[in-house]
Amino acid sequence: MSAKSKDSDLPLIATANDLRTGAVVYRSADGAWQRDIARAEIVEGKSAADDLLRRAEADLAVGVADLALIPIIREGAFLRPAALREIIRSTGPTIELPAWQPRA
Amino acid sequence: MYRYDEFDHDLVRERVAEFSDQVARRLSGELTEDQFKPLRLMNGVYLQLHAYMLRIAVPYGTLSSRQMRTLAHLARTYDRDYGHFTTRQNLQFHWTKLEEAPKMLAELADVEMHCIQTSGNCIRNVTADHFAGASADEIADPRPYAEILRQWSSLHPEFSLLPRKFKLAVIGAPKDRAAIQTHDIGLEVKRNDSGKLGFAVWVGGGQGRTPMIAKKVRDFLPESDLIAYMEAILRIYNLFGRRDNKFKARIKILVHEMGEEEVKAAIEKEFAAIDKTNMVLPRDAVERIERYFAPPPFDTRFNGAPAFDRARETDSEFASFVERNVHPHKMPGYAIATVSLKPIGGTPGDMTSAQMDAVAGIAEQYSFDEVRVSHEQNLVLPHVKLEELPAVYARLRATGLATANFGLITDIICCPGLDYCSLANARSIPIAQRLSERFADPVRQSDIGELKIKISGCINACGHHHVGHIGILGVDRKGEEFYQITLGGSGDETCSIGEIVGKGFSFDGVIDAVETIVDTYLKLRESPRENFLSAYRRVGEEPFQEALYAHAA
Amino acid sequence: MAIFKGHAFVEDEWAVAAEGVPLPAGRAVVSKARFLAEHDTLSARNAPLGLILRSGETLDGLEDDLDRFQLIVLDIPKYTDGRSYSTARILRERYKYAGELRASGDVLRDQIMFLHRVGFDAFDVTHEGTIAALRDGKIKLVHKHYQAAAREDEEAAPGPRPWLRISPRGVPGDAHETGLDGGGI
Repeated sequence: MSAKSKDSDLPLIATANDLRTGAVVYRSADGAWQRDIARAEIVEGKSAADDLLRRAEADLAVGVADLALIPIIREGAFLRPAALREIIRSTGPTIELPAWQPRA
Repeated sequence: MYRYDEFDHDLVRERVAEFSDQVARRLSGELTEDQFKPLRLMNGVYLQLHAYMLRIAVPYGTLSSRQMRTLAHLARTYDRDYGHFTTRQNLQFHWTKLEEAPKMLAELADVEMHCIQTSGNCIRNVTADHFAGASADEIADPRPYAEILRQWSSLHPEFSLLPRKFKLAVIGAPKDRAAIQTHDIGLEVKRNDSGKLGFAVWVGGGQGRTPMIAKKVRDFLPESDLIAYMEAILRIYNLFGRRDNKFKARIKILVHEMGEEEVKAAIEKEFAAIDKTNMVLPRDAVERIERYFAPPPFDTRFNGAPAFDRARETDSEFASFVERNVHPHKMPGYAIATVSLKPIGGTPGDMTSAQMDAVAGIAEQYSFDEVRVSHEQNLVLPHVKLEELPAVYARLRATGLATANFGLITDIICCPGLDYCSLANARSIPIAQRLSERFADPVRQSDIGELKIKISGCINACGHHHVGHIGILGVDRKGEEFYQITLGGSGDETCSIGEIVGKGFSFDGVIDAVETIVDTYLKLRESPRENFLSAYRRVGEEPFQEALYAHAA
Repeated sequence: MAIFKGHAFVEDEWAVAAEGVPLPAGRAVVSKARFLAEHDTLSARNAPLGLILRSGETLDGLEDDLDRFQLIVLDIPKYTDGRSYSTARILRERYKYAGELRASGDVLRDQIMFLHRVGFDAFDVTHEGTIAALRDGKIKLVHKHYQAAAREDEEAAPGPRPWLRISPRGVPGDAHETGLDGGGI
């Protein structure tokens, strides 16, 4: 197994929560904040990351809250966050939501 | 229970209007997030992993059926059809939209509910014994005082920008069912030798990063001095609590750093200097509040409960329910019933809107329209006629709320953890679920006896793990979930902080570790009557450490 | 620098004296350290004197001299720092301080009612949105309160609960006063 690359070497995407709804969103290359992580703009290297952050921060006034650049791991064509916290943000709670209903 | 008059309604509506305005100014960009955050926190709106979270105050854990139905309606209309009851007797919705929060607050105001100060660096929900006004061991109902303190602490102009959050709890019985010694201020209602009402006062308890047991600063505070004394404590805290370090900002740190005697002296000095003219709590004012908490019209003719007796004899599951979930009431012919929100494999404290509606109906019909929320994340029907218990049980059973596990190992207390919470380091709910499934066998549970497992997903300890008989703390170890176990904690009047047993365990390992601990207890207990906590206090952590670590692979 | 006092912005007549240099001839505001160090000279001074306290500074040592100050400024470094709210109340209620009590620093519209209720009667505001809100009377204030504070002279006690209070209309920035919110609650 190859050595695990340090988080700081990993590609980054921008994530936040939609200001109005709180939904988890990712910034795509066209500047939109949308819910599909697969469409997130990926950057590599510090200067590209700084640039993405600067562009994303412009949306803090009225678009989004809790902005962060997060490392992602590419597994083939599939994209997933490196951190468990961010995996959970992208897929939702790992448990089933309560669903008890009365029998019809 | 307390009923709003015009003043109370106006105050809450003004507050809703104020918050709606603040939300509008945030959405338009006039307010930055930095300016808006403390404002939304003061109205119980958190930003969590997946969405905003709305924390609704349930003052001293008391709800009417009408309020419960409104919570069900809000869950259906604005959330994902369920809510979560917390260790501070509040309710949380985990999928709130900021733009809908003002509407939700307006609907809550219609049923005399609010989210004021359920978050932020201010005085939070005043919690109380969930058996108040019902329990056979009660000296005096703590809830009138909890209501008085709720009012006093709401939008207090001097104490809304504290160094950190501030939590109060009140009890009125020798048994502490509200964990007052883990609160910033804990109050025990009592009578002095002349029979006058007053309080024993504790200051400086808390969990989180540095758990501490509160210190008693007054053995007897006369009732009329309650408000002035609270102001003295809060003022000392507001002026001298640390503001340089978020993790050292609670009053427990001030008590620890200043010294117990010095803090006591500072409080008494401030209390003596306060002009009491407007601070005195007159007896007739207390009486006016007490009337809201007068006992319901109990049926005083008790000549036995044949339906209850018959059901207990013939239905073994009902008998188990009675043995575990039913508690002595001060009124002959009545009982207190715990409604379990801990089904095997479920999420502790969660309830669907359909279940909320069902409990509202049961409370309305069988419990004088009243439901309580316990700080251990169950509900309580405080006044059920013994004769009607079989009917209540049948309704609860039909609603998935009759698990007969009160105080047993599957009656787990658990925070939302990393599945929901942006503060968390590890998931807590799956641990609770797997433990619940591992110990599901009712015979085994009964044999183990009383054992409180409390699980927190981070050091903030919302799961109260420090006072679990077995406490589990989730941490992040190099990007992986890891779990530390503490033993011997207790939140009752014999309050103790759990001791870390040793190295932590993985997500898979912690379930086996708990089982090893339980098996060790079963082997070394003097008899089945010696419960886990007593056994631990007798033998200490060594036998458990040996069982867990001596055979490391 | 404009000070909001009463219902309008007024010119600031005061200047905070720099440390280590002689005081200006007229009105001057001094720090606690300076006042204590130069107590006798400053007490003998004929011109009006003001005091500025930083957050965390207490009234210890100043109790007997408070009525020498026509102005006391309590500085609020960050709006989340609530210490001066206690100091203000102590000044008004315990020491019956009757001069101008001014909040300066990170003074924002959403704390105006709290600041007013603990006894501040002047606001040194730099935040643009707050200046506009005060000037235009646009703040949606809460008028009903569950506790007495330092405004017993103006707040009504409607009873029967003895701790209830109602603020009059016309508290600084009050939207209800100007009718800009479309009327009462």
